[in-house]
Amino acid sequence: MKTLFDKIWEAHVVDAIAGGACVLYIDRQYIHEVTSPQAFEGLRKRGIKVFRPDQTTASPDHNIPTIHQHLPAQDPLSREQLSTLEKNCAEQGIRIFKVGSSRNGIVHVVGPETGLTQPGMTIVCGDSHTSTHGALGCIAFGIGTSEVEMVLASQCVLQIRPKTMRINIEGELKENVCAKDIILYIISRLGTDGGTGHFIEFAGSAIRSLSMEARMTICNMSIEMGARGGMIAPDEKTFAYLKGREYAPQGIAWKKALEKWKQLYSDPDAVFDKEVNFRAEDIEPMITYGTNPGMGIKINGTIPRPEEIAPSSRLSFWKALKYMNFQAGDRMEGKKIDYVFVGSCTNGRIEDLRAFANYVKGKKKAPHITAWIVPGSKQVEKQAIEEGIRDTLEAAGFELRQPGCSACLAMNEDKIPEGKYCVATSNRNFEGRQGPGARTLLAGPLAAAATAIHGVITYPDLSPAPSEF
Amino acid sequence: MIDKFDILTSTAVPLNIENIDTDQIIPARFLKTTHKEGLGSNLFYDWRYDWEGHPQSGFVLNDGKYKGSILIAGKNFGCGSSREHAAWAIRDAGFKAVVSSHFADIFRNNALNNGLLPVQISEPFLAGLFKQTEAFPETLLTINLEKQTICYENETETFDLNPYKKECLLKGFDDIDYVLSIREKIQAFEEQR
Repeated sequence: MKTLFDKIWEAHVVDAIAGGACVLYIDRQYIHEVTSPQAFEGLRKRGIKVFRPDQTTASPDHNIPTIHQHLPAQDPLSREQLSTLEKNCAEQGIRIFKVGSSRNGIVHVVGPETGLTQPGMTIVCGDSHTSTHGALGCIAFGIGTSEVEMVLASQCVLQIRPKTMRINIEGELKENVCAKDIILYIISRLGTDGGTGHFIEFAGSAIRSLSMEARMTICNMSIEMGARGGMIAPDEKTFAYLKGREYAPQGIAWKKALEKWKQLYSDPDAVFDKEVNFRAEDIEPMITYGTNPGMGIKINGTIPRPEEIAPSSRLSFWKALKYMNFQAGDRMEGKKIDYVFVGSCTNGRIEDLRAFANYVKGKKKAPHITAWIVPGSKQVEKQAIEEGIRDTLEAAGFELRQPGCSACLAMNEDKIPEGKYCVATSNRNFEGRQGPGARTLLAGPLAAAATAIHGVITYPDLSPAPSEF
Repeated sequence: MIDKFDILTSTAVPLNIENIDTDQIIPARFLKTTHKEGLGSNLFYDWRYDWEGHPQSGFVLNDGKYKGSILIAGKNFGCGSSREHAAWAIRDAGFKAVVSSHFADIFRNNALNNGLLPVQISEPFLAGLFKQTEAFPETLLTINLEKQTICYENETETFDLNPYKKECLLKGFDDIDYVLSIREKIQAFEEQR
């Protein structure tokens, strides 16, 4: 009678305090350079060491350049943050995947691909997109720096138990609909606060049909509807994905782990605090027109008119349209775009690069488009080169950069200039997210590819193109 | 230790916008610090200043009429990134409480861990509060943590808060003090797994 969430949560409660607050044991913590320095500083002030250094892994990602990674970061402040992380890890005996090394990358790409992330675990990181790891059937959520310090100090975090929610998607997805479209569709229906206070389990035949990479994209953006995290019950795909990965259990330990992991599902009679159903057939390729991820519509649709917006949200709606310089009722298709960004912990995995490369193969990038194709990790970069994706990209006028968070949050040099439009496969279209004054339109890798080729927002049609002659 | 909170009486700054995300509260380019202090001057930077760094007239924090240690904001405040810099920046700018009809989960935790009280009130109470404080900036609000009430003029509403978190704020304890005090229990948990 338990949900998947209940099973994992209850196995990790060390201490229950008043009003649902729990001391939760954490199996893995990931850290990066931006939200950890103050946590280490806090430990020093308290005069204590990291409690379980082998359960934390660091990968610098937010600030790092995506070209010339063999050279130090140009910005002195970024350099300082990166060296502080290295120093803190060395001092405390924490594993670090340094910039340029074979395991470096965005923490949420690196965790699963190294096998550090495993079903049934509790995982935290000082980054809201920690929800990504839930795709492997674990409880993973973003925390603040005080909580990073708490986990470093005690391997536990104090949390109020969230409510549970299940989102079921049954049916067959259209061929040109990718994971990003699914999650943008869900958020457009439920709103950016539709999941607040809840931990979401994604279920149903459409979810089970997805690859591990696609599941990660879905769980990644759970936070964009306010949820504490997202998760998907592990299955044969999960086990096949993990088998043989560097930090995954091996030999006898693998067999034992597998037995345990097979118990990780919501019981048929489990009751969720909230349950929502969608039909896979209703989902179309999506794009956002506004300044939060809930402002999504189908690519071949039109921006809503004010009467379609709830009265209390109209002020935000007008503010968003003003920022984007769009009009209510506008068609999205055909709008001129300046930049295309493919990457991030949302869509920076090999499958995303494959989808993009398959579409642009034999075509040419529109001349006025600046495109940044940024792999999520060194491993993704390596695989892209080995599979010939880099060659395909280069032949079509694109360049494969080096891994990092890049233009998703524009902490490094990859910034979209003021007023320019960028179709981005990342997760947030907030004002100024990709640089002051930048205008972001969120979409999946296929729509990004179609737009990069045509130079205007383009519906990603996978049917064979009619002959040009 | 965090600063204790008991009763706060102050005028308020009304910021009547929904879904204020942490990228607006403190843009990512100001996160390149290894310290918690000094972020207040960059709070809401891109709304507060124009391209040349001049204050934008019309933004509430630049309007001398509105002052105080209580920030009132539209629903779903603090959504987006987990950056605790958002809570640090608000505290550093002199605010001790944020009032809204809905807070994002991570922001709420970050605020509580820094002695910044998130006061969640109903939509109608928030609407009334905006109307009152926008028209009469001298209006005094009182937030009583012990009683869990917020009041102005003749209006009062109670707000919810986790009892453990309330105790922490009243006494100035932080969560890390607590988890450190039960380290033996944590070790025992590890051993019996």
